[in-house]
Amino acid sequence: MAPEQGGSDETLTLDITLREMREDVERVQRVVAEALAARGYHPDAMFAIRLCLEEALVNGFRHGNRFEPGLVVKFRASITPSECTFEVEDEGEGFDPGGVPDPTAEENLEIPSGRGIMLMRAYMSEVEYLDPGNRLRMVYRRQA
Amino acid sequence: MAETSPIRSSQSGALTRVEFTERSIIDEVVIHAIGQEILKLVEAQPAPKLLLDFTGVQHLSSAALGVLITVNGKVKARGGKMALCQIAKPIFEVFRITKLDKLFQVHDTADAAAQSLA
Repeated sequence: MAPEQGGSDETLTLDITLREMREDVERVQRVVAEALAARGYHPDAMFAIRLCLEEALVNGFRHGNRFEPGLVVKFRASITPSECTFEVEDEGEGFDPGGVPDPTAEENLEIPSGRGIMLMRAYMSEVEYLDPGNRLRMVYRRQA
Repeated sequence: MAETSPIRSSQSGALTRVEFTERSIIDEVVIHAIGQEILKLVEAQPAPKLLLDFTGVQHLSSAALGVLITVNGKVKARGGKMALCQIAKPIFEVFRITKLDKLFQVHDTADAAAQSLA
């Protein structure tokens, strides 16, 4: 679906279905980056949002859909000058984020996976997995 | 193939210096290739002294952090040392949040990193 283009003070809503991971994640990143830049988001905020979207969307393809051909990841966003809400939904069974061990615990520091969720939690104002755990909702609020 | 490699490496005595040719280390294929190429360099040295220079790198993902952890483990297993340098501020923040700044030796400059490996 073509994004609705608005002025920098307006809300941009997006509803995109991703079928090819690399190509479609890049497309989402481009559209979101343009929307954030038009609304005056700081480069640090844009860095954080880009990183979180990368983690969320790739997780959807990898852990949710297990790279199964034909399965899609749905992305919805609402981007205003003061905050962004993102939803990423995959076709997997859902998962329990509480089951991911703390990657910053000393005994886990050398385990090469499990950092995506903690990065999203660090950068975003809100992160929640909606039942049954295959729909991620993240909110980024701009600092006053 | 050299022009499509995601890394550029040079050897100076015992020191192996690696730079990244991509500004974004987020593509799974690129990350995998980076890991494979660096591991090849590590395996070519008896006690590798590996300097990873992040000049120009503007984005990386948690998958890239995973590769760095794997490489670090391999370097240590071979009795070597690894140091990172020239990390842009937002990326250093990623290392700090994940506490990998405690696992890796991180230096501001390539000279300081090379000295720490000497």
